[in-house]
Order: sequence, then structure tokens, then C-alpha cells
Amino acid sequence: MMLLALVAVLFLGGLAALISERWSPATPRWIALAALALEFVLVLLQYLLTTDQSSAWIADLKRPWIARFGIGFHLAMDGLSLALVMLTVVLGFMAVSCSWTEIKQRPGFFYFNLLMCLAGTVGVFLALDLFLFFFSWEVMIIPMYFLISIWGHEDRTAAAIKFVIFTQVSGLLMLLAIVMLALIYHGDTGVYSFDYFDLLGTRLDADTAFWLMLGFFVAFTVKLPSVPFHTWLPDAHTQAPTGGSVILAGVMLKTGAYGLLRFVIPLFPEAAHQFAPVAMALGAVSVLYAAMMAFAQSDLKRLIAYTSVSHMGFVLLGVFAWNLLALQGAVMTMLAHGISAAALFMIAGALQERLHTREMGNMGGFWTAMPRLSAVALFFAIASLGLPGLGNFLGEFLVLLGAFKVSMALTALAALVMILSPIYALFIIQKAFHGPLRQPYPIADFGYRDMAAMGLLVIASVWLGLHPHLVLSETEPSLQTLQSSAAMESTDEQ
Amino acid sequence: MIEWLWLAPLFPLLGFLILILAGDKLSGPAVAWVGVGSVGLSAILAALVGTAFLSGDQVPYRLVLGSWMVVGDLSLPFGFYLDALSVTMLFVVTGVGFLIHVYSADFMADDAGYARFFAYMNLFVSAMLVLVLADNLAMLYLGWEGVGLGSYLLIGFWYEDPNNGYAARKVFVMTRVGDTSLALGLFLLFTQLHTLDIQAVLRASSQWQAGTWLPVAASALLLGGAVGKSAQLPLQTWLPDAMAGPTPVSALIHAATMVTAGVYLIARTHTLFTLAPAVQFAVALVGTVTLLIAGCSALVQTDIKRILAYSTISQIGYMFLALGVGAWSAAIFHLLTHAFFKALLFLAAGAVIFCFHHEHDIFRMGGLRKAMPVAFWSFVIGSAALAALPLTSGYYSKHDILLATFDASPGLWAAGCLGALITGIYSFRLVFVVFFGPERPGVERAIGWRMGLPLLVLCGLALLGGLLRIPLDSVFPVAVEAHRGFDAVSGITLAAPVAGLAIAALFYLTGTFSVRRLVSSGWGRGIQNYWFSGWGLDSLYNALLIRPFKAIAGFNKDDVVDAGYTAIAKLSLGLHYLTSASQTGRLRGYAAAMGFGAVLIIAVGLLS
Repeated sequence: MMLLALVAVLFLGGLAALISERWSPATPRWIALAALALEFVLVLLQYLLTTDQSSAWIADLKRPWIARFGIGFHLAMDGLSLALVMLTVVLGFMAVSCSWTEIKQRPGFFYFNLLMCLAGTVGVFLALDLFLFFFSWEVMIIPMYFLISIWGHEDRTAAAIKFVIFTQVSGLLMLLAIVMLALIYHGDTGVYSFDYFDLLGTRLDADTAFWLMLGFFVAFTVKLPSVPFHTWLPDAHTQAPTGGSVILAGVMLKTGAYGLLRFVIPLFPEAAHQFAPVAMALGAVSVLYAAMMAFAQSDLKRLIAYTSVSHMGFVLLGVFAWNLLALQGAVMTMLAHGISAAALFMIAGALQERLHTREMGNMGGFWTAMPRLSAVALFFAIASLGLPGLGNFLGEFLVLLGAFKVSMALTALAALVMILSPIYALFIIQKAFHGPLRQPYPIADFGYRDMAAMGLLVIASVWLGLHPHLVLSETEPSLQTLQSSAAMESTDEQ
Repeated sequence: MIEWLWLAPLFPLLGFLILILAGDKLSGPAVAWVGVGSVGLSAILAALVGTAFLSGDQVPYRLVLGSWMVVGDLSLPFGFYLDALSVTMLFVVTGVGFLIHVYSADFMADDAGYARFFAYMNLFVSAMLVLVLADNLAMLYLGWEGVGLGSYLLIGFWYEDPNNGYAARKVFVMTRVGDTSLALGLFLLFTQLHTLDIQAVLRASSQWQAGTWLPVAASALLLGGAVGKSAQLPLQTWLPDAMAGPTPVSALIHAATMVTAGVYLIARTHTLFTLAPAVQFAVALVGTVTLLIAGCSALVQTDIKRILAYSTISQIGYMFLALGVGAWSAAIFHLLTHAFFKALLFLAAGAVIFCFHHEHDIFRMGGLRKAMPVAFWSFVIGSAALAALPLTSGYYSKHDILLATFDASPGLWAAGCLGALITGIYSFRLVFVVFFGPERPGVERAIGWRMGLPLLVLCGLALLGGLLRIPLDSVFPVAVEAHRGFDAVSGITLAAPVAGLAIAALFYLTGTFSVRRLVSSGWGRGIQNYWFSGWGLDSLYNALLIRPFKAIAGFNKDDVVDAGYTAIAKLSLGLHYLTSASQTGRLRGYAAAMGFGAVLIIAVGLLS
């Protein structure tokens, strides 16, 4: 029941926030904070109360939902989903924190959408019924559309529509694949089921498996995103309010990576194995191409958006390398990038709130005016360029180490980003924070609330980078189960 | 005592944390006490640990503090490894580092970023200690990147000038090229050997057949990392730009410690290089070419710090040459003496710049020997050691290198001797131009004891450091000491720098010859400009890599991939206009269309 509560708390919290706007415009944010605090306690309890080490699954909840079609309300949590739900909650706090003063218009509806979006994301990370998964996928996307199109910046409508079209078209492919898979299962066994464990062993001929795999793959790589499906992301990020960007980059992109891990390869091991070189190449190209694109941008949020594409390329590379090193690296990259990208977007948002511009050409010398904000920005720029000792490095190092066993050439290609990432990351520092100060008027530095939020993210990044044991050991059983369930071992031992 | 080794990197790290978190609340003296004191504690600890180790039987000591990560077959501890090689590095980093910190307490005293400066310096020292003490390659890489970060932060320390920021970024990105190669080397070694523990890697790789692709590829990738960090050909062009940082930074990072990390790396993994003779020869060749071209560039520079920067590149070239010919101990010995005399030279140059209204151009100085006796004698002693004049510390180490080179390859020896001649010329050119000739007024202030004392200590070390030879026989294969008597080879080796000194004197002291006459001809000026620009490598890289990259990135700013999606959007919009244009609201139009459609459908139905 804990799992149901995890989704319900955010859902009900969202409704409460919506209603509470009647009393005072300041209540919704407190309600959102309270809902997230409760959610945090629940996740922590779930983690602490789990003592059974025999299975990779920590908790499981299965109820019939639409029994006629074999659709169940099946939620389950393993180490992987636990880590990602935890990330969702932490970044949820960050999103509330950075929206605290930014959102003045219709705060009730804003926090309703924010919490709905988080509820959908948690649902995605927990759902083990494919129909429920798709349902949560949609629940996550629609509120994000509102976040962008109502509270966004100057070109918000176009960006929001682009976001929805990209995710809906690719989501449709996934829905078709899900329905096909369930129909094939029905053909084999005579019963309908959308349950993950039922469908896991479905026998498919190679052609069908390939096309179904591709349906899932496209949906998830649009979300990830990977080249060539990435172009919605810079627009969406640039236009989204800060809180929306934090959720989008920090959490929502991870649902794509999670889908690849949880569904694409386990459901279609052979097809995925054959497809692996293409997918890894896409990953490597994403890593490099987006790093170059990031350098070309003059809009700070656009630049950060492209760095996200670059980092998520590592996840694609790691997932399809499919050995434990690369998988652990992919998960670590998901978490570490969630933290660093969220922090960078919060900084960009703070700058926009103060200066009303995202153009780096209008910035410069902020170190003199805002030493605290600048120091934090420097920290996360360095995290982003992959400095050892911080989480991003650890993830990318493990991905490359694992992928090197599978494909030396692609790994060497992706590793070239180590030269490109300081170019864009230090470019941000140079443009915005170094150089002479241009603004003649005083600019407020980060206050206590901002520094508390940033301090938490800094500590998390160092913690992931220097003492990753908790995360590694918590996710290892699930990754091992996934890996052994899908026999791509052959590539592993070469 | 040795078990307290882990405190050595921890003290500066704590200093960094204190200064970065509370630096703006501390008073100036408190900042200095924290910043200098943390490195001082490290130095005391290093002295105790080092003497305890050297007075014992020198068995390598390993200290594991905990586990960094365990994933599958990858197990990385936070482990330290102490042998005679790391003891040498420990002494250099903490000893010279401490002196430079003391000096900085005065040098930077008026700077608004006093606390930030010491925070970055402490971070650097901590990372450098991790680098030299690491027992596995991932830890080494942690330190390796950490010192790169320290270097970036300190070169760009005066951030308000965008030129400094550019230099800092150039340094970071160029060394990252090497770091990427090093990382790939790590991946290759791990994939083949399933471990990153340095000693285990060396043991396991000794099973490899010498000259096969594995040791060649692995050592070539490590060499790529080494040339990046140690500013050797073809990645040396960042070091002169690194001079944008405050002078103590140049002394610590870009002379004494970080730039020698590549030498340390190759020495640390020397058994791997002996398995790849081709790569080892490449090391010698890189060193030789680098020491010559950097020496030539040093001859024509006018900025006091850039002269020293090129001389650093050149001296590290000697270390690479030594590594390449298998004179491992000589390379590390030169690393040690170079740290002394080059730190001395940089700090003395800093004193000149500090007192002489921040002037960098040596031709605007002159006759300063009376006004600045401490700086003058520091320069004389430092330059003598740099030129390897007999009885100075540099003499012992460079002489060792050149004699060992002769045994391996007379050709490389001749090049090395030519380099020694050039070294003699450029180092005394600097001394004669700055300190002799007609005195120029303009000395504004004197240096305090905190700047003077480190100079005196380093003078002593530069003179007598040759006696501090730390026995490295427990680390490296014992060199076949060719105790040659006094013959032509050692005579020429000895005479080359003296001849250089004489030439410098004829040009710049007595004025017997004139440079102006040399460069009056077209080709003379051409060569001068070519050498001055560092052999045109910067413009080459600019034309080949930087400008194309910028052009492509700029051209594709709006993302060509998006054009495809925009085309789809435009197409649907066009169809929308087309179909909406047909909705005219005129009944006859609709009727005609219906009639035409009906005819068409019937026709299709009949004809098919």
C-alpha cells in the first residue's frame, strides 16, 4: 500500500494546492512543500523498512483494474525505481524552492500541475503494468504542457506545442507496440495481459520483435532525448519556467532512460542486441553533437539544454553496452545529471529573474556582484564537464569503462567529449561570471533559501562522486536481474 | 609515522574548505595562517613521513583508507602508495609548495581575492598530493584532473580581464586533450587486465610480449596524457599562456609541480614503457625536439615570465629525454633540482615584477642589481643552476641525463648539448639585460621577509640541491653507471652551458655583438618572429582546429536537425492554407466540386 500512497500523496497534494488558492496565494506552495515532505518520509520509510534481501523487488502491489483486458494496477519498486523516485522527490523540492518567488500568477494551478507531473513521473518509475505505465506517461506529459504554455517565457505556446507533438507522436508508437505485444500474448496464451512479468517471456519472431522494439525505442529516445529526436528539448527548456525546467531536465528525461532499461532490452533482448551498435552510435553522436551545439548557443538555458542532450547520450551508450559497469554508470549518470542540470537551470532561472534576460552577451562579471551564486555556478559547471570526485564523472567514467569492452571505437569517439565539455562549461563561466561587470545597478546574490537548496545539491553531487556505495549497492540487484533476464551476455565477454 | 600519510593531502583540503566557506569572514592574517599553515603542516608531516621511510628499508608502503567504488570486477580503493619515487614527489610538492605559500602571503597581500587565492592554492596542493600518492590509476586521475582544475582557477584568478579567462580556458582544454588520451589508456588497461591498481597493472602487463600492440597502445595513450600535462610537443603551447596567472602560481603549478606530473606518470609506469621500445624512443624524441624548439623560443622572448615558461618546457624536455633513454633516476633527479631552481627563478621574477611597477618586459628593466640585491642574487644562482654550470644542483642532474643519453644515442646527446648551449644563452641573457647595464629608476618598494626568506632557502637548495639525491634504486632498475672519466664527451657536456654564458655575455653584457645586426636581415627577423610565436603552432591549431570548430558550431547554431521538423510543420501549414482556401463559402463552387467529384468517382468505378 505504500506504493499507492507514493502516487496518491502527490496526486491529492496537487488537488489540495489547486483548491487552497482560494484562501491565499501563498498557501499552494506550502501545501506542495508539505506533500513533498510527506512523500520524502514515505520513500525513506519504504527504504528503511525493507529488510528482505532475497529479491531485487522491494515492494509490490497488484490489483485488477480493467480485468476484461487483463489490465492491472501493478506497482512495484526495486532499487532502480527507489533511486529514481528519491531523485524525483529531491528535485521536486528544488522545483518548489525555485518557483517560490518566481510564480505569481495562478499559483494554485501551477503547483497542481507541478505535483501532477511528479505524480505521473513516480507512476512511470513504479508501474509494472504496461497500460498503467502508458497512462502514467501521459499524466506526466499533459501537466508539463500547461507548465510551459501558461508560465513560460516569450515563445511559450510554440515550444509547448512542439513538446506535446514530439512526445505524443512517439508515445503513440509506444502505445501501438504495447497493444501489439498484448495481442500477440493473447494469441499465444488465450488470455489478455498487460503485466510486465507476463509479457517478459513472450515469444516473438525476429521481425515483429524488431518493430515493436523500435516503437518503444523511439518513444524513449525522444524523451531521453537523443539525436535526431532532441530538437524539442532546447525550445521547451528555454521557454519553461525554472521549476518546469528543473523537473524536465532533472527527472523527466530520466523516464526515457528508465524505459530503455526496464522495457526495451528486457522485453526484446535479441532485437535490442542486434540494434545495439546503432543505438550506441546514436548515443556517441548525441554526446558529441550536443556538446558542439551547446558551445554555439548564446542563450544560457538553451546551452544547458544541449548539455543535457550530451550527458543523456552517455546513458544511451551505457544502456546498450549492457554490462554491469556500463549500466551502473548509466544509472549514476541519470542521478548525477539530474542534480547538476537542475542546479544549472535554477541558476539560469535566478539570473533571468534578476536580469530579465537569458542572453549571455548581456551578462558578465557576476562574480563581483554575486559571489555566492557564481561560486555555485562554477561548481556545477565543473561537475558538468566531468571533474573526478563529482557524480557526473563517476557515471560517465563507468559508462565509458563498460562500453569500452563492447566497442572501443564508439567509446573512443564518445570520450572526445572530454575535450568539448570544458569548452562549453567554461564558456558559461567566462561569459556570465568572469570579465568586467556591466550592470551598474546592484543585483541580489543568492539568499539563505537558495543557498540551502544549492548546498543540498552540492553535497549530493560530492556524495555521489566520492561515496557512491549506497546508490551502487541499492541499484546493483535490480540491474543484475535486468541484465540476466536479457541474454546479451555474449557481447559482454568479448 | 608513515601511517599518518593520509593527513598530507587532507590538511590542504581542509584549508581549502575553511577558506572557501568562511574566507570572506576571516581577516587577512587569519587567511594567511590557514592557507599557509595547512601546507606547512603537510610539509612537516611529509618531512617526518619521508625521513621515516628513507631511514627504514624502503619497502613500498600501502595505505588503504576506504573504498571509492566497487562495481562488478572494478574495485577502486582510496589507497595511497609510498615508495622512494612518491617520497621525492611528496618533498617537492609540500616543501617547495610551502615556500611558495609563504611568499604568496606577502605577494598577494593587497589583493581583494586573498582568501580565494589561498583556497585555490590549497586545493591544488591537495590534488597534487593525491596524484603523486595514488595507488591506483583512477585515484591518480582524480588528482590529475584536480590539479588541472587548480591550474584553471588560478590562471584565471584575475577574472576581470577576459584575456586571463581565455588563457585559463585554453590551458584547461589543451591539457584535457592529453587527459582524454590518459583516460582511454586507463580503459584499455582495465579492459585487458581487470584492475587499475598501479602495481598490479605493472605486474600483470609484464606478461605481455615486448613490442606487441597492447603495451605499445597502452603506453602511447599514457604518453598522450603526459605530453598534455607536461607541456611537451605537440601540446606545449598552453604553458606560455598560463603565465597570465599570479607569479606564485606560475612558480608552483607551471614550474615546480603540476607540469612535472607527466614525467612522474611515465616514471611511475616505466615498466610498461620498457615493453614498448618504440614508444619509449618516441618519449626521447619528443623530449629532444621540445627542448630545442622551446629553447629557441626562450631566446627571443621579451616577457620575463614567458622566458621562464619556455625554459620550463625545455627543461621538462630534458626529463622526457632522460625517461626515453631509460635514465629514470636522472629524470626524477632533474625534476627535483628543476623544482628548486625554477621556483626560485619565478619567485625572483615575481619580486622584480612586484617591486618594479608590474613591468614584464625585460628591455624596460636594466641595472637592477643594486636596487634589488636579493632578486639579483636569486637570479644569478637560479640561472646558473638552470644553465647547469658546474657545482650547482642543475649541473648534477643535467650532466647525468646527457651522459646517459650519449650511451643510448650520440645523436640525441648532441641535440641535448646544443640545448644546453641555448639554455646558457637565454638564462644569462635575462640576467644581463635585467640586472646589468645602465640602471633604470622605478623600483617602488622592497620585498618583506615573507618574500625574502623563501628566496634565500631556494637559493640554498638551487645551489646545494644536488646533494639531496634521493636513492631511487628501490623503484627503478639500477642504471648501469658508466663511470666515465673525464673525456671529450663529458668535456663537451660540461662546456656547452659555459659557452652559452660566454655568448650571452658577448651579446648582452659587453655589447661585442649585436642582436640588432642579426635580425636586420630578412630571414633573421623572420626566424626571430617565428621563434617568438612559439614556432607558429598556435596559429596552426587556430587554423586547423579552433576556427573550423567555431565556424561549424556557429553555422549550425540553429541545429540543422531541427530543419527537418520545421519542414514538416511548414508543410502541414501549407496544406492547411491550401485546404482552407477552398472553403470559400460560395455555394456554386461547392456544387461544382461535388459534381466534378461525383463524375470522377463514377469514372474511376467504371474504368477499373
